[in-house]
Amino acid sequence: MQGIEVLFMGNNMLRLLSGLWVTIRISLISIGFSLILGTLLGAVMTSKNPVVKAVCRVYLEIVRIMPQLVWLFVVFFGVTKLTGLNLGGETSAVIVFTIWGAAEMGDLVRGAFLAIPRHQFESSLSLGLSKTQMYVFIIFPQAIRGLIPNVINLSTRMIKTTALVSLIGVTEVLKVGKQIIDANRFEYPNAAIWVYAAIFFMYFLICFPLSMASRALTKKQQGGE
Amino acid sequence: MSEHIIDINNLVKHFGDNAVIDGISLSVSKGEVVVLIGPSGCGKSTLLRCLNGLEPIQGGTVTLHGEPVIHGDKSLYKVRQKIGMVFQSYDLFPHLTVLKNIMLSPIKVQKRDKAEVEAKARELLERVGLSDKADSYPSELSGGQKQRVAICRSLIMDPEIMLLDEITAALDPEMVHEVLNVVLDLAKNGTTMMIVTHEMAFAEAVADRVIFMDGGVIVEEGAPSEFFRNPKTERAQRFLKTFTYTK
Amino acid sequence: MDFEFIKKFTPMYVEAARLTLIIGVIGISLSAVIGLLCALAKYYRIPVARQIASAYIELSRNTPLIVQLFFLYFGLPKAGIVWSSETCGIIGLAFLGGSYMAESFLGGLKSVGKIQIESAESLGFRRLQTMRYIVAPQAASTSVPAICANVIFLLKETSVFSAVSLADLMYVAKDLIGMYYNTWEALLMLVAAYLVLILPISIVFTVLERRLRRAGN
Repeated sequence: MQGIEVLFMGNNMLRLLSGLWVTIRISLISIGFSLILGTLLGAVMTSKNPVVKAVCRVYLEIVRIMPQLVWLFVVFFGVTKLTGLNLGGETSAVIVFTIWGAAEMGDLVRGAFLAIPRHQFESSLSLGLSKTQMYVFIIFPQAIRGLIPNVINLSTRMIKTTALVSLIGVTEVLKVGKQIIDANRFEYPNAAIWVYAAIFFMYFLICFPLSMASRALTKKQQGGE
Repeated sequence: MSEHIIDINNLVKHFGDNAVIDGISLSVSKGEVVVLIGPSGCGKSTLLRCLNGLEPIQGGTVTLHGEPVIHGDKSLYKVRQKIGMVFQSYDLFPHLTVLKNIMLSPIKVQKRDKAEVEAKARELLERVGLSDKADSYPSELSGGQKQRVAICRSLIMDPEIMLLDEITAALDPEMVHEVLNVVLDLAKNGTTMMIVTHEMAFAEAVADRVIFMDGGVIVEEGAPSEFFRNPKTERAQRFLKTFTYTK
Repeated sequence: MDFEFIKKFTPMYVEAARLTLIIGVIGISLSAVIGLLCALAKYYRIPVARQIASAYIELSRNTPLIVQLFFLYFGLPKAGIVWSSETCGIIGLAFLGGSYMAESFLGGLKSVGKIQIESAESLGFRRLQTMRYIVAPQAASTSVPAICANVIFLLKETSVFSAVSLADLMYVAKDLIGMYYNTWEALLMLVAAYLVLILPISIVFTVLERRLRRAGN
């Protein structure tokens, strides 16, 4: 089962890595937008107004009920059809993953705030802190601490989900892999197994440390309480 | 009062480098009620857990009617059926009703007849004043009620000895009494027991023999009237003083 | 909106949904079996098996399903292992889902306190009896919400099967868009099909969870 040489021939490895970078770039941009929009959304979601709450809930459920790939199709094919202008796979992906990421992030932020015990608010105020001081020194630090492991988990989920963009025509790592396999079809007929194994471990090497970090943080926080 | 139920011979138990029990020998005779007292961390709860094989031991032996009790041993489950244990925290099985909690082990472990077991279970519930709770779930009971059910659950196995590990320590004060009354009743009826408790008045009332432990060894033992009035050792005197408030 | 088009191609979607559902059910059932075995290996700290389970869980959780499927469908045949799209779908889903299920089961098992096990043992229960009568029933009810979430997650993940040329819903939609340019109709039916597939399950699970939560208190 030879063929592993393919990975190291010419600039093949470099090509795979730059294909991987395409998905990572999409993830990073989407994660960035999601963090900003999600935090705002989370703040809105803690509102006591039932209409606001219901609207947020419906948004979250709509995003969640469909597979991400369906949303990718809807935006990629639908928007092109609707506006006549070709968004391109990458832009479509960033739009979909931001809408999704912001919803999930919003839910996490909401959860982090609700997890802070009431007496933390009460004792801050009874100590004479102003409302701003209370949020800056007492509430935010605690909320963020609980939020970080969850945000890391969401990021790994988003990175893994980004692998789907090959299905809407983005030339990312799976596509590059296929090109390499096709180009070496005759010399190295077994290249496929090595190329896909390599891609598998590339994702693993990105996501595994993130998962470990998230778990270590969670453990530390639980142990410290 | 001559037949020995439990014999403990030179028991040693370490947690890491820390000797929690440092050579204890002790026998409990049939019908005897032995109360273990001592400051927190003196090893009295650990001693009870060793008697039931819940802890691995580093030296000495524990035997029940001459049969060794060994942690992790394959036949330990047989010996344990003869030892009833009630813990400090409520340990009823939350997914089963009170009646099923009591009936599960005689039916599954001892393979006894279901009708006989149910009759016995109801009789026990009656005895501890909980007949009306037979079909309730543990979450619907108060702490004191849970502990009374836990006692029934052990008693139905017809144990040769009951081990009670601070069974009132987690209870609200007003519930302590109802549980201790059940235990006093058992003592009157000749149940062999080893009891760890912090309730000194109860200890004095229920015990045939009081054992005062500190630092993993038996410091003093004797009849309750003798021990509580005239403790001989300085350590026991100091310990008993912590229970009285003086200005 | 071209309703003739919708009417004409609805049977294709129904067929695709049926395929998705069948593969989903088999794959998810297998993942539950794998998950249970891994959870037990880790719970009882069985040497070797527990390390294998841990390594598998990490590999499975930290890679995308589509990459796993590409490896199974395009890679493995080079090693002489040739599987159909359907088999790859089932195995891929089971491989992915097994780790999620394992974590849910393990969470349930670990939620049963040590005191429960000690009191069962004190009553003379043997290890297997303790598991069967005391630990398993309690663990089962605590892991239900997580298991339900996994089922829905995995059902959604089936949408990538088209990548290994399985004629599922995505495959049909893409086909119709490519062939007829009836983009809106094709997309509408796609969304509707997934709604029909997932919404009822999601509602049933929500009700079930609520009921369990109430029973628990």
